[in-house]
Amino acid sequence: METYQIYILTSAVLFVIGMGGVFMARHFIKKIIATIIMGGGVFLCFVSFAQRDALTFADPVPHALVITGIVVAVASAAFALALARRIYQLTGEESFTNDK
Amino acid sequence: MTDLPTSPFPALLVGLPILVATLSLFFRPRGKAVVGLMGCLLTGGLGLIALVEVMQQGTVIHILGGWDPPLGILLRMDSLAAVFIGMTAVVGVFISLYAWWFFRAREATNGGFPLFWPLWLFLWAGLNGLFLSNDLFNLFVTIEVIGMSAVALAVLSGKTAAQIAGLRYLLAAITGSMAYLFGVALIYGSTGTLDLGLLRQVLEPGATTTFALLVITLGLMIKMAGFPFHFWLPPAHSSALAPVSALLSALVVKGAFYILLRLWMEVFGVSITFSAGQLIGLAGAIAVIWGSWQAFMQTSLKLIVAHSSVAQLGYLLMIFPLLILAPGVAAGSADWLSPAWTAGVYQVMAHAFAKASFFLSAGIIIMALGHDHKGSLRDLASRMPMTVMAIGIAGVSLIGLPPSGGFFAKWMLLKGIFLSGQWWWAPVVLAGSFLTAGYVFMLLRLAFATAREKEPFRPVPKGLEVCALLLALGSFLIVLPAEYLIQFLESSEAFGSGIQSIMEGGTYGND
Repeated sequence: METYQIYILTSAVLFVIGMGGVFMARHFIKKIIATIIMGGGVFLCFVSFAQRDALTFADPVPHALVITGIVVAVASAAFALALARRIYQLTGEESFTNDK
Repeated sequence: MTDLPTSPFPALLVGLPILVATLSLFFRPRGKAVVGLMGCLLTGGLGLIALVEVMQQGTVIHILGGWDPPLGILLRMDSLAAVFIGMTAVVGVFISLYAWWFFRAREATNGGFPLFWPLWLFLWAGLNGLFLSNDLFNLFVTIEVIGMSAVALAVLSGKTAAQIAGLRYLLAAITGSMAYLFGVALIYGSTGTLDLGLLRQVLEPGATTTFALLVITLGLMIKMAGFPFHFWLPPAHSSALAPVSALLSALVVKGAFYILLRLWMEVFGVSITFSAGQLIGLAGAIAVIWGSWQAFMQTSLKLIVAHSSVAQLGYLLMIFPLLILAPGVAAGSADWLSPAWTAGVYQVMAHAFAKASFFLSAGIIIMALGHDHKGSLRDLASRMPMTVMAIGIAGVSLIGLPPSGGFFAKWMLLKGIFLSGQWWWAPVVLAGSFLTAGYVFMLLRLAFATAREKEPFRPVPKGLEVCALLLALGSFLIVLPAEYLIQFLESSEAFGSGIQSIMEGGTYGND
């Protein structure tokens, strides 16, 4: 098994953990962290493809895409945290009361 | 690809709203609204001009900054994109005008929400960008722009219910886009390209492609609130401000549908099976029945309308099984493809007009009465005839009674269903219409009933009622150019095409 395949398998595991966390966790912050883990998995998968072709240099395209993706993920996580804090200030609740 | 005529419109359609939105941030609240409205009218005008341009020239492209595609970004406007952009322009302009009067009327009490304007312009830029995008990653960026500004708009009212619904919406949106991005990563890893046109040629069937298609579809289903991921939609759409609800319901969810349609039909043809289409159709069918039934059971007007969106989006998913040909059926002999495509496009347009009008009318009623419990609709017909008329007309289009746009869409859907022999979808379409008729007529019956007690009633600016009524009429007027429009759409490569599904057994793990 080549190195990049190990990374890709890891990324799939991270993605599944994150996906499960978003749906199963109850606390807002846990849900938000789960989305970040999901993002981590996706970015790892992207970056690990960069060395796949055994070139002497890494493929720059995945790195460019991952940078964009990380910016988006940070922004949405910040937005979600701000909303969660606002909800906590308004109601004192830390999770969705009637899930689904 | 690059030999198509170049036009500046695709770049302007994305660039102008972003520019105006950023500019408007430097103005005082009152100035934001003025600049924002001007920007909306300009963007809307530009969208319509671009539609005319594509009608005359055919597909146009724009290469951003002069960098050729493998490195740079290419925006491509074919007739399908042009029709979606034109629809966004018309609906967007009416909602903007409504928002202008709506926020002016409420300025004294809560400041008039000046941030609505830049956010709506960012959203508009995202939508235009999405319709024009020609590569997978660009699509990701545009759905993120749309998702973030849509959530920000949804929580704009500052009410607790809206914040909670907004967080739920945001979490669903992030999950959806991460799933989509995961699929994109796998596709890039296996092919080394993200360009849609190129992918169609190089994509090979196999486990990776199938899995990528699966996560991309999953992500987009979450984004477009397809069953069973519809849970975030009713609270988010019903707790937002009236113009925002209209935007979210009429335009935002259509973005994810557009990507799904494009990717299934243009890119992933090699790994789609007949049963995949049946599965997505089933999700749509359940959404139609479940959403309509839930709408029927709600007690507040905005929740009724929001649940009805779940159902109407279900109809969109139901065109997918028709577009996928069973093994052994030649695309040339499949005469139901064109009706099914027509049904999809018309359902998008009819729902955009009718649902925008419905939500705007609900906003008018809330403004007049202070709440939207359905019991308070009593005697509305004598006090606000124009709004009741708008609800009635929009409702007729949602039910699908002739000669509305909704009727045309559902009739074409039924035609496609019977021509293709997949008769099992037909009862769902009919049952959905009956349930929709149930809640629309219930609302109208209340509106014409006499009131038990007179509720306090505030006058509403006439402009609001006119906007809602014109949008409702729009859902009828779109039928008039139907023949011309379909002819125009047929110039798009995707329109009218079907997927030759691969043979059973060769689906998974053949690499």
